[in-house]
Amino acid sequence: MTDLLSAPYVLEYTYTRSTGPVVGRFLESLRYEVLEGVTTADGRVLCPPLEYDETGEPTTGEFVQLRPSGTVKSWSWVEQPRKAHPFDRPFAWALIQIDGTDNAMLHAVDAGNAKRMNTGMRVRLRWADEKNGSIRDIECFEPMLPYLPGPVRLEYEVRPGEHYTAYLRGLEQGKFIGGRDPASGKVYVPPRAADPVTGNPTGEYVEVADVGVLTTFTIIRIPFEGQILKPPYCFGAIVLDGADMPIYHLISGVPYDEIRMGMRVRAKWKPKEEWETSLENILYFEPTGEPDAAFESYKEHL
Amino acid sequence: MRDVAIVSFAQLPSVKAIDPSDEPELVQPVTSQAMRQVGLTQDDIGFTCSGSTDYLPGRPFSFVAAVDGLKAWPPIRESHVEMDGAFALFEAWVRLLHGDIDTALVFSFGRCSLGPVPDVLNLQNDPYYVQPLGLDSISAAALQAQAMIDAKKATERDFAEVAARNRKQAMDNPNAHIKGDFDVDAMLEEPYLSSPIRKSFCSPMSDSAAAIVLAAGDKARELVKRPAWIRGIDHRTEPHALGQRDLTASPSAKLAGQKAGVGEGKIDLAELHAPFAHQELILREALGLGEDVDVNPSGGALAANSLMTAGLIRFGEAADRVIAGSANRAVAHTTSGVCLQQNLVAVLEGE
Repeated sequence: MTDLLSAPYVLEYTYTRSTGPVVGRFLESLRYEVLEGVTTADGRVLCPPLEYDETGEPTTGEFVQLRPSGTVKSWSWVEQPRKAHPFDRPFAWALIQIDGTDNAMLHAVDAGNAKRMNTGMRVRLRWADEKNGSIRDIECFEPMLPYLPGPVRLEYEVRPGEHYTAYLRGLEQGKFIGGRDPASGKVYVPPRAADPVTGNPTGEYVEVADVGVLTTFTIIRIPFEGQILKPPYCFGAIVLDGADMPIYHLISGVPYDEIRMGMRVRAKWKPKEEWETSLENILYFEPTGEPDAAFESYKEHL
Repeated sequence: MRDVAIVSFAQLPSVKAIDPSDEPELVQPVTSQAMRQVGLTQDDIGFTCSGSTDYLPGRPFSFVAAVDGLKAWPPIRESHVEMDGAFALFEAWVRLLHGDIDTALVFSFGRCSLGPVPDVLNLQNDPYYVQPLGLDSISAAALQAQAMIDAKKATERDFAEVAARNRKQAMDNPNAHIKGDFDVDAMLEEPYLSSPIRKSFCSPMSDSAAAIVLAAGDKARELVKRPAWIRGIDHRTEPHALGQRDLTASPSAKLAGQKAGVGEGKIDLAELHAPFAHQELILREALGLGEDVDVNPSGGALAANSLMTAGLIRFGEAADRVIAGSANRAVAHTTSGVCLQQNLVAVLEGE
């Protein structure tokens, strides 16, 4: 067989379309950001308006102005838009019943994510910046949320007090500072305004080690609102050597299924040049490799 | 009313692309085969009618060019519908009722391989309210499928099971395009094209051509031992605007089925033209087809969908089984338009 010929080509028609009194009025109104429906002989409202309803009856020619919002009756999420689609990013097609009407309008919903789409959802109309008297004078619809944003923002001054200042100053220098009440002999990290046993200030500052015993822990596997770290991660209680009260920090540097109570752990400090007045100077605690502490040695701290 | 029957059917295998052929080269083999099978030539044909759309090849008057695939001189009585060939068959059936001729040749051809079919089909949408938005055919069908899910009429798994069953049945059909034993769970892992429609819930885009010979009364009995008599045939349509319809049902298919007499006797098999899996479920309900009916033994449009031809092939597949005697009473169905807007239903019966 001879080599068969093949070539690309484009078919294009520069059609114009007459609109008439019903469709024409509707489209013309869109230029002025006015949304209208037409009434039928049996008292329904159609938007977009038609010359005839589905029973073949002429509509009345009477127009009513509508609120630019509606309800999604069916939808389809398009993750990869085609060239002819109204968006080049993911969007939804939807049949939208405009409030106060009895039919549905096909249009696009700019929802960002398929998870925001559902049948029955409320949407509001978004007008296009450039109008040309076509259905695309409506740029799209967008989800209407049944709640208002209600953020609270208040500005304060933090003053951690004498004892906590001593603790944070210690961290600034790579040290853990605890406070001891000479009467009880207990060391609290951070130091406290009062030893809960004696009621005295823990005014005698002592440095405790950055090594200690992991007394208990939890592994966080579920995401939640406001989460900073990506799950899974481990959070543990560590009684530092020389302290009588645990501090809480991340446990890492070890497979999660090897983390256990009694494990000896050491603070993993950030590089010194990054230190601030913060417990965040420590990235996490990691195993020292020493033998585990006996349960008896830390059970009073659980 | 005159008895009219399908007496012969020919088709080209549906494939992704029939590269070497232009329109007449698709038409010539199937029309000549359909006539030859019953010993006829074009000179014996009283009326010739075709169905196709120029927008598939993007070539204005391609339907006129297609007549070059026939022996059309001296001039023949000829007509064309810009629809599936099954609607050309409907016109030919009406023409035969006039009583002055006894035979008709119906043919159609469709090549999906040449252009952007989902976008071409946007041209059948409302030119004021929908076309400017660029609604492709898959997204339009997706709105219907989602409406079915919302109405709790079907699940995505139901859609996948329809697709799997059709393609499995197509394994016996040498003319089918996509066939095999496909896994329902694997289908449900496919990404959405337009949610909730995944690729496997859509029919393939095929190239093909088909032809049918109709004959009336004794002429039909003379041509074949067991003609597939058209006992009833009816075409109904629904509003154009998608927002004006209950997309989860097909009142037009239901009414056409009643008028064609589907419920007046036991149905052995049905060839339903459902380009998307969920549409078979709507059609079964509308036509009242129970579990005992063999739906799409050929694999249906989900196995081979040459646009403008897939509907005529449904008539041919159903008729062939009646002619062969493996079915006594069969339903043939064809749809057109967006989301099953138009439906043509016929009941074919043996003697």
